[in-house]
Amino acid sequence: MSTVMDVQAVYTLIDSLKSDGYEVVGPRLRDKALGYVAGTNGSDLPAGLGDDQSPGNYRTRDRGDGALFGFRSSPQSWRRWIFPPNAEVWSARRDNDSFVVDTSAPDSMKVAVIGARACDVAALTIQDKVFLDGQFQDPAYKARRENLLIVAVNCSLDADSNTCFCASMGTGPRVQAGHDIALTEIIEGDKHYFVADAQTDEGSRILEGISGAPAGTDEVAAADSAISNVADSMGRKVDADGLPELMNESYESPRWTVVGERCLSCTSCTMVCPTCFCTNIEDSGDLNGVATRTRSWDSCFTLRHSHIHGGAIRNTNKARYRQWAIHKMGTWQEQFGTSGCVGCGRCITWCPSGIDITEEVTAIREEA
Amino acid sequence: MTIATKQNLESIVGAPRPAKILSVDRNTDDVWTLRLEGQGAFGPGQFNMLYVLGVGEVPISISGSPGKTDELLHTVRGVGGVTNAITSLKAGQSVGVRGPFGTSWPMAAAKGRDVVIVTGGIGLAPLRPAIYHIIENRADYGKVSLLYGARTPKEMLYADEFDSWRETGDIEVLTTVDAAIGAWDGDVGVVTTLIPRASADISDAVAMICGPEVMTRFTVAGLAERNQSKDNIYVSLERNMKCGTAHCGHCQLGPKFVCKDGPVFKFTDVAHWFEKREV
Repeated sequence: MSTVMDVQAVYTLIDSLKSDGYEVVGPRLRDKALGYVAGTNGSDLPAGLGDDQSPGNYRTRDRGDGALFGFRSSPQSWRRWIFPPNAEVWSARRDNDSFVVDTSAPDSMKVAVIGARACDVAALTIQDKVFLDGQFQDPAYKARRENLLIVAVNCSLDADSNTCFCASMGTGPRVQAGHDIALTEIIEGDKHYFVADAQTDEGSRILEGISGAPAGTDEVAAADSAISNVADSMGRKVDADGLPELMNESYESPRWTVVGERCLSCTSCTMVCPTCFCTNIEDSGDLNGVATRTRSWDSCFTLRHSHIHGGAIRNTNKARYRQWAIHKMGTWQEQFGTSGCVGCGRCITWCPSGIDITEEVTAIREEA
Repeated sequence: MTIATKQNLESIVGAPRPAKILSVDRNTDDVWTLRLEGQGAFGPGQFNMLYVLGVGEVPISISGSPGKTDELLHTVRGVGGVTNAITSLKAGQSVGVRGPFGTSWPMAAAKGRDVVIVTGGIGLAPLRPAIYHIIENRADYGKVSLLYGARTPKEMLYADEFDSWRETGDIEVLTTVDAAIGAWDGDVGVVTTLIPRASADISDAVAMICGPEVMTRFTVAGLAERNQSKDNIYVSLERNMKCGTAHCGHCQLGPKFVCKDGPVFKFTDVAHWFEKREV
């Protein structure tokens, strides 16, 4: 059953998460962008701030409406709290002619994300397939994942979606699965409220402690209509029908040469993508005989990513962009039973060349 | 054959376990074989991640007999930082081991059939477990031809075993070199030139191929000329690998993770991607 909350109740929700022992990660203005930061208080939420995004461009702006969650895709998702950009995996020390490994206990910090977007929650469920559902499980990811609580916020405010295209990828703008609580923010004249729904027992328990009235049919309808409006007015889209097959047959397409000339192999798209999972391993040693293994985000756009003895497999920008795009939109399906793209649009916004994956897919489709 | 089960995953996903080096034998100028204490069952063609403290970790095929689980053999060519550190290790020291990972040569599917093995250089190492398996179960297989190429005679791996493979193993061993440096009265030329001379019935044999990709490409073409069905071809592929557990993303070939879905593939399962450049 949905409840209706006011702005103050959202602040109370954050306080209650903190008193339950959660580290609260939420949106905040920092470095001229609206990104997710740990240690969030209600007063940190970017009230009245929004953003404008286009290929290769991001600017914040005043919305003039006091919306708490009036932003689109953040520069990076909050996945770094589940899948950190750099993490020590284990260390080992010399022991005569052998070595002894010290494995630290998995991280048990409870993290609550507030303001998670549907695309990023969908991305998390995709990463679950990579790290938890295969033949091998990643124990550190598993520990962090089990301690994660998600307060999602459906996209309901901005009809013009700029670079995102979640509706066509089937991941949003309404959060679908993997969250504990979903909020829908509604601003109508001087009315400003949130329709809240719990999805899990933990979500219900938390919402029970927050003051709110049962939602009426008008409020539920307003929320539904606002989300539908965002979905219907999304400026970009990908025709996902038969996409894996299309991409898998596209290796020889001349389009890859065209986009390869624009691609700088800068790795931006892979650093902002919420589903990219590649990592590099670095083993380092110190003068005391202690060696440390560190795992860091890596990118298929680097030369070393495909390095084997004798040279790299993918030498050209064309081959690296092609690998990334065909993987996201194509081969991911065979690997994990889902697309690797959630339509968050970050790769478009943060590409310094303004390469637009939706445009590239459309071009490939038109050629085929 | 996949050895890993949910039960023993901890040691595979996590940190390497130290394995004591029992002996080190030099095979060629830059190739050494390490004999380690055994780690249990493995399939021919599988690999381990080998780790040197503070230096790094690399995927290395198992090169010993799958029938001998009390020892673990790895044949390593010193070509980079980690492999040079591994080949510098001495008996009594330890090397870190994670694994075994990946798929195996189709020893069961090859039963009752002729077998043709085509390989070059260090590529013989991941095939030696298959050769040992055939010799130890010789009645299970028909005619077996090993076609092996090396750059020069002195870079030929396991050459001291060839006579015993021929005599006690009843395996036809045909060799060739790119350059006949030193005393060599054998064949000169690429390994594919040996295909027409194999006594195994190529048209019905199970083919096992491991070598540089260019060698594999020409071998597949050479076998096809002898009416070999591509359905009977198995190849071992190499890609960059950091984890062995299909998490790091480096080893992808189209939808395949070479570490988990390979390194041994049925050729027709990867031909779509393997036959294209820079995939």
